[in-house]
Amino acid sequence: MSTLLQEEQKNLLINKSKEARKQLIKAVNHAGAGHIGGPMSAMDLFINLYFNELNVSTEDPDNDNRDRFVLSKGHSAIGLYAALAVRGFFPIEELKTFDSLDSRLQAHPDMTILPGLDMSTGSLGQGISAAVGMALGAKLQNKEFRTYCIVGDGESQEGQVWEAADVASKYKLDNLVAILDNNKIQQFGWNAGNGKREIPAVNAHGRWEAFGWHVIDIDGHNHEEITNALHEAKQVSGKPTIIIANTVKGKGVSFMEDTIKWHSRVPTDEELELGLKELEAGV
Amino acid sequence: MKTILSAEKQTMRDGLSKTMLRLSQEDENVYVLDGDLGTSTKADVVADNNPEKFLQMGIAEQNMMSAAAGLATTGIQPWTFSFAAFLSKRSIDQIQVQIAQPKLDVKMIGGYSGLLTGLTGKTHQSLEDIAIFRTLANMVVLAPGDSKEVEKVMEFAHQYDGPVYIRVARDAYPILFDDDYTFELGKAITLKEGTDATIISTGTQTSRSVEAAEKLEEEEGISVEVLHMPSIKPLDTEAIVKAAEKTGAIVTAEEHSIIGGLGSAVAETLVEEKPVPVVRVGVKDRNSESGPNEAMLDKYEISPNHVVDAVKQVLKKK
Repeated sequence: MSTLLQEEQKNLLINKSKEARKQLIKAVNHAGAGHIGGPMSAMDLFINLYFNELNVSTEDPDNDNRDRFVLSKGHSAIGLYAALAVRGFFPIEELKTFDSLDSRLQAHPDMTILPGLDMSTGSLGQGISAAVGMALGAKLQNKEFRTYCIVGDGESQEGQVWEAADVASKYKLDNLVAILDNNKIQQFGWNAGNGKREIPAVNAHGRWEAFGWHVIDIDGHNHEEITNALHEAKQVSGKPTIIIANTVKGKGVSFMEDTIKWHSRVPTDEELELGLKELEAGV
Repeated sequence: MKTILSAEKQTMRDGLSKTMLRLSQEDENVYVLDGDLGTSTKADVVADNNPEKFLQMGIAEQNMMSAAAGLATTGIQPWTFSFAAFLSKRSIDQIQVQIAQPKLDVKMIGGYSGLLTGLTGKTHQSLEDIAIFRTLANMVVLAPGDSKEVEKVMEFAHQYDGPVYIRVARDAYPILFDDDYTFELGKAITLKEGTDATIISTGTQTSRSVEAAEKLEEEEGISVEVLHMPSIKPLDTEAIVKAAEKTGAIVTAEEHSIIGGLGSAVAETLVEEKPVPVVRVGVKDRNSESGPNEAMLDKYEISPNHVVDAVKQVLKKK
């Protein structure tokens, strides 16, 4: 497969993803609360966006022409915070304040207190609509910025996601890119009949295509594929793009991977140590 | 006795459509978002006369309100139009999380509020919107009393940087205000002086309250003050306490449920600051139906005669 990603940049993205995952599990361990599975599944997306795609600046986070990013699955906030900290929007040390009183790192993203956050989210289904508004605002005012939004697969059970999909298509928002973090597990989900609970298979590709979107399917942990897909989205004219990023919940730590248990479990000190070792070794 | 109520009636929608079109023409950042009720709310005037500033958002209120939040972050001032019932119930979570909490500059026009909604019945009437909106931090909640006040309130909202909910009604009402009238946020307006009791009213119930007060004075010699409250949040608590000190008997009147609306807000203030007898006029914790206006006002106990009875009742408690 041809790639737009140079070896050096690819290694940087891999290393930053690793670093951010470590910061994320440390922060959840420290706070004694937070989600693990979803932030881990979306981490390569966060890092690719913030190190390779978005036109944003840590010195001028409110610049009018910056690209916008909305985390529609707001409960993965700690994953976004880890990526923002690694990118330099605020000190990594501040991750220790996650979930604590007076912290800028609220359980769900609060745009009023943390620089670099373009929208408050947490109640599911809403972020993608706000992203539609931002992309529409750019079109109406002839602004060049692009809008990106990560949506969850569990979140896509919210009807509002499809209201947004419909209107984005009607306004031909080719400056909007949604990324579906397709990790196939939600908080409790449905009984899969094999001892597991899961999100029943849905034809995400077909659904989004039917709503008039350009659809790209990728491995959401492969930085080459993420980069290529984001590039492809820029070439699309007259319709919004969705990248269906097939991911693994809890990606990066073997015992956290693909298990409902780690949707929002807090790692013990022992589990943290083991997780950090695995991440370092790149298991 | 000469009435202060005009014989001529105007619908709030007249003032609203005229003002909305003008604001959309004068300010490049003003856009109208319609939840596909433009021909009812009269947001269609902008679609017809300034189509570039009109955004059809379809029958999807949740998306419309979240998208309005996104638009507001890019420098646009979105004016969202739907029915009061749908804004306050279908999309209240979106409004709270993405508009009120971040204090974004989004205006919300709740049309067809109250009971008199053109034979649409209980699914489309709105008897809870004041209660719902006023519990949200950062919200400004306004209920103008006539077409002219609608214009003034909209001009205020245009200048104000933050979320504003404006409750408007469908049908025609007497004109209470002229061009010289200035709307002030958080200020009550004395429409009629009086010494025996005070009616504190809002929105469409204000002209009915004036009618009741004038009738009481003329027929029974009871001197009733009428205090109009276009600004429900922030609330003019000072004027409420002053009225309680002056007349010692308060009737609240609104085309809304007696639970959580103006009556509750006034009672909350008086209980803490100046306890005096209060009687609330409003729909008494029940579901309504479709029917002709006069019959509806009568059956659901918000006609001018019900306000008259409430004043007599509160005077007995004095």
